[in-house]
Amino acid sequence: MSHQDITFSKEELERYSRHLIIPEFNIEGQRKLKASSVLVIGSGGLGSPLLLYLAAAGVGRIGIVDFDTVDASNLQRQVLFGVEDVGVSKAVAAEKRLASLNPHITIEVHDTMFTVDNARELVKQYDVVADGTDNFPTRYLVNDTCVLEDKVNVYASIFRFEGQASVFNELLADGTRGPNYRDLFPSPPPPGLVPSCAEGGVIGVLPGILGSIQALEVLKVISGVGDTLSGRLFLFDATAFSTRILKIRKNKNNPLNGENPTQTELINYDQFCGIGVPSEQLREVEEITVLDYDQWRKDGREHVLIDVREPYEYGIAEMGGTLIPLATVLESTDRIPKDIPVVVQCRSGSRSATAIRELEDTHGYTNLINLKGGILEWQEAVQPMLARY
Amino acid sequence: MATLIIPTPLRKFTGGESIYTASASTVKELLVALYTSHDGIKKHLFDDEGELRSFIRVYLGDEDINELEGVDTKLEDRDEVSIIPAIAGGSK
Repeated sequence: MSHQDITFSKEELERYSRHLIIPEFNIEGQRKLKASSVLVIGSGGLGSPLLLYLAAAGVGRIGIVDFDTVDASNLQRQVLFGVEDVGVSKAVAAEKRLASLNPHITIEVHDTMFTVDNARELVKQYDVVADGTDNFPTRYLVNDTCVLEDKVNVYASIFRFEGQASVFNELLADGTRGPNYRDLFPSPPPPGLVPSCAEGGVIGVLPGILGSIQALEVLKVISGVGDTLSGRLFLFDATAFSTRILKIRKNKNNPLNGENPTQTELINYDQFCGIGVPSEQLREVEEITVLDYDQWRKDGREHVLIDVREPYEYGIAEMGGTLIPLATVLESTDRIPKDIPVVVQCRSGSRSATAIRELEDTHGYTNLINLKGGILEWQEAVQPMLARY
Repeated sequence: MATLIIPTPLRKFTGGESIYTASASTVKELLVALYTSHDGIKKHLFDDEGELRSFIRVYLGDEDINELEGVDTKLEDRDEVSIIPAIAGGSK
């Protein structure tokens, strides 16, 4: 149905009246919203304000892709959800909230992971895509799918106090497409170089700000009102409260739509991002399971437990270890014995393995054992009263 | 003196500082000055061949240095250079 054929009920006209009286937007803009469809990928920190505003504004059909369930640690910023939703599918909880917010629109739930196998089929069904995901493989998958399917990708990303937003692959007046994520960052950082929100943290309001900017840009893309962020990267640093807008140019070497495209299909994005690829320089370290370690403690076996996390993590949950943050282990060897077994522990077992390799390489330790799965696994299997983070 | 804006993921190498200033006549001189005075940051900026990493962009003002003269882009007093990293957070 063309947007000219769209009609509104009395209730809808009253609901959207603050849009209708904006001269540049008016009923024409509202018709375009009602006639349009948006796929929101990820209903978390960015997805929460995005979905709330798109639904409130009257986007006719909204798809939600999320495979996750609501966790108590989400509520600090994911304002779509309440305490009663903890443990419930995010997509399902989001649908319930949005349906109560605006009964005049259609919500479609895709309670699944966004993968290479379903990406094109899902994106095809919508006019615009909004990327509210949280990891590099999915971000490149969203970008590439949108380029291959000729869809606009409204992008935002956050880290601690810093946010980025742009509009990728927008259809321009001359018939060409604007820059996409691959023009900005041809390939991602290797795993571990940039921590995720789960590891690096994020201030609760920041996704609200960036997700709202995304919602605004979606409305502009659909209505054609104003100049979008196509070809520009918006940056926000909340600590200094500084904002910048930088130019994004098309890169002639873009593998999707540069001068000599080499990629005409989706690829393996985990591999592209170096995930699950065995790294030669990372040798195995000796490990102990949390259950075996629990038995050690019950048996009163002589050992030392070293916790290589940061002090602020120790403050959330600890298991009695000596706190020596990873960055300081090499200077703290006087506190790490060589003559009795030393169990090394962190949040999930990755930093402690790094600490062991560094100590073995530089100080010749041979008695270090990694606690597999870290304090998260310990909490799950042994000490459920500890807080998870 | 030119100013270099350090993004959040790299601030752990600058003691939390978001701004680094040095006298430098090119972008490269400024980046070299940064990594010679801050351990650990170099590998986040340059690969083994000495090329800028593909997951960061360097800007002079609002323009990508690749549109200018790359790392050889000349700097003037009070120029503002930014390192822009790929970040992915948003959902979890």
